[in-house]
Amino acid sequence: MTTTETPASTSDAAPSPGMSDLIGSGQEGTVVDQIRSWLQRVRQGDMGALPAVAGFVVLSILFSLLSQFFFTPLNFANLLTQAATLVMLAMALVFVILLGEIDLSAGVTSGVAAALFVVLSNPSGFNLNWILALGVSLLFGVATGTFIGFFVSRIGVPSFVVTLGLFLGFQGLTLTIIGAGGLYRVQTPEIKAIMNSNMPVWAGWVMLAIIIGVSAATSFWDRYRRTRAGVPNRNITFVWIKLGVILVLGGTVIGVLSINRSQSIIPISGVPIVVPITLFILWVGTFVLDRTRFGRYIYAIGGNAEAARRAGVKVVMIRWTAFIVCSSLAVVAGIFSASKVGSVDAAAGRDIVLSGVAAAVVGGVSLFGGRGRLLHAAIGALVIAVITNGLGLLNLPAGVNFLVTGGVLILAATVDALSRVRAGGTLIRA
Amino acid sequence: MDVPIIELTNIVKSFGPVDVLKGVNLKAYAGKVTALVGDNGAGKSTLIKGLAGVQPYDRGEIRFEGELVNIHTPREAARLGIEVVYQDLALCDNLDIVQNMFLGREELDFGTFDEGLMEKEASDTLRRLSVRTVKSVRQKVSSLSGGQRQTVAIARSVLKKARVVVLDEPTAALGVAQTEQVLNLVRSLAQQGVAVIMISHNLQDVFAVADYISVLYLGQMVASVNAADTNNDDVVGYITGSKTYAGVPA
Repeated sequence: MTTTETPASTSDAAPSPGMSDLIGSGQEGTVVDQIRSWLQRVRQGDMGALPAVAGFVVLSILFSLLSQFFFTPLNFANLLTQAATLVMLAMALVFVILLGEIDLSAGVTSGVAAALFVVLSNPSGFNLNWILALGVSLLFGVATGTFIGFFVSRIGVPSFVVTLGLFLGFQGLTLTIIGAGGLYRVQTPEIKAIMNSNMPVWAGWVMLAIIIGVSAATSFWDRYRRTRAGVPNRNITFVWIKLGVILVLGGTVIGVLSINRSQSIIPISGVPIVVPITLFILWVGTFVLDRTRFGRYIYAIGGNAEAARRAGVKVVMIRWTAFIVCSSLAVVAGIFSASKVGSVDAAAGRDIVLSGVAAAVVGGVSLFGGRGRLLHAAIGALVIAVITNGLGLLNLPAGVNFLVTGGVLILAATVDALSRVRAGGTLIRA
Repeated sequence: MDVPIIELTNIVKSFGPVDVLKGVNLKAYAGKVTALVGDNGAGKSTLIKGLAGVQPYDRGEIRFEGELVNIHTPREAARLGIEVVYQDLALCDNLDIVQNMFLGREELDFGTFDEGLMEKEASDTLRRLSVRTVKSVRQKVSSLSGGQRQTVAIARSVLKKARVVVLDEPTAALGVAQTEQVLNLVRSLAQQGVAVIMISHNLQDVFAVADYISVLYLGQMVASVNAADTNNDDVVGYITGSKTYAGVPA
């Protein structure tokens, strides 16, 4: 790490008197110094979602060249809604993957929840109020997470085994709820709207304004607290860069989605409703993981559970809660899926869980625990969605999609393994 | 002599038919380093685990600043300000130095982390211990050397406002330069007014930093001497049981 510069001359917050230049905080230095030390971290293997972002860009360019339909507003909106379910499920899985655990039942949990929802809310089913039905589905998620968490954290059964058991069992549960060969249409307009309706164009811009406002507020709040404590702040240029990137990227996305993308007379424009929902959950989850004890302890347990225990962390409760969060977010993914597909059948959610794990890994979340962020999983899910979307446009056989996705996953895992070696880990070739 | 912070009298501990501690006495003074030496199986670890509340003693008195106390759980030990830095360092590789030092007792501000305050306190603590080898408190622990890790683990105990710090083999598996760093750290720890109890097999290290040397031999404290009043050969003799300590316990 390059942090030998004297903080006083280069940071805009005055360091406290007697602040030694012997121990830095990594926030000192000019913009150039900071970028240089970041590049050094990247070279040492701390790459985060960088490979996934690069993959997303490369694949997007490739498909744009191969298909003239790829880079159109309509396909862009399609891509977002196609990706949303996987993004949600991958984010759910991050909470347990960070612990070094796995939830193989997240997919079928989402399936059972969706089945519960349609059967409870449909006129041909129990004709319940849709909010009540949604509440029951979420409760089912909480109960499932509680069940898994009990066996994993209290009894000590490996999560792989417990959730594999549920993976098998819940397929039967969905089958029982829906009925063999059955299929329920989603008839709740509010749920159908998630994937199939768009916000008014102005609401998209308001959303961007809120995102920038919240981002700026947290950045300056953090800087205020650092200044108050008397530690140096990173050069303020980085706040402007960050806000600028959000403005340009977000502006481009919303701009594209504001164009009429309809192929018929009725115009279609605006940001799909699923986008703000997903972004909100991403923001809350990231806030919890980065800034609260619960989040920090998830990382600590993933890094060294014994150290966390000795430090007084209630390891059992944190693990347990993480499984509840995972299953609950999986329910949201199930509702997304039901909205997208428009119906729920007996096989709902059966095939998606491994794609979710793959998305997290492609995004740079380590299966060994302790490393990764929600945003990484979301980006990984977008990469996989781009592959599916692009290959679909090229009219390639479905088998190719699986082959390419699998190849990308192995590639991502290889990049992760090699970067860990560079970061000081050991490569055991046996 | 002042009142010792920790005074153990007649400590007895058995595991089934095996008597591991057979009436052990130990004193540790504020601002002093007390080395606890003895061969494998002498009972050093058992003595320390009782003090940490991990494995309570069967019988015997524990006095903390002259007051009779009970230590049955790690929590009770922590409340008295007794911290143990174990040999297998309890650090999380994926977290940075500040996050490790504050693990389990993060500073909160409106329910969220006050990172600035924690960073300040962490670097203040490291500076107070004259740590010069760490470049940034935001380095991940995975990027630290063995000596630096030991440093973080020890600094972590100081952050807890510890009165008594027990170091279990702090220099085992360290190189020459790193051993030197850690020994300096042990010294500055004592200068903060902490009573340091250091378990070590390395007599060279012991003589470098210890004020008092207590020797355990088969569950009995066979010698408690001023480091200045003894020498390497005598201590080796006490450890192996080939010499008997004749003087008055220090």
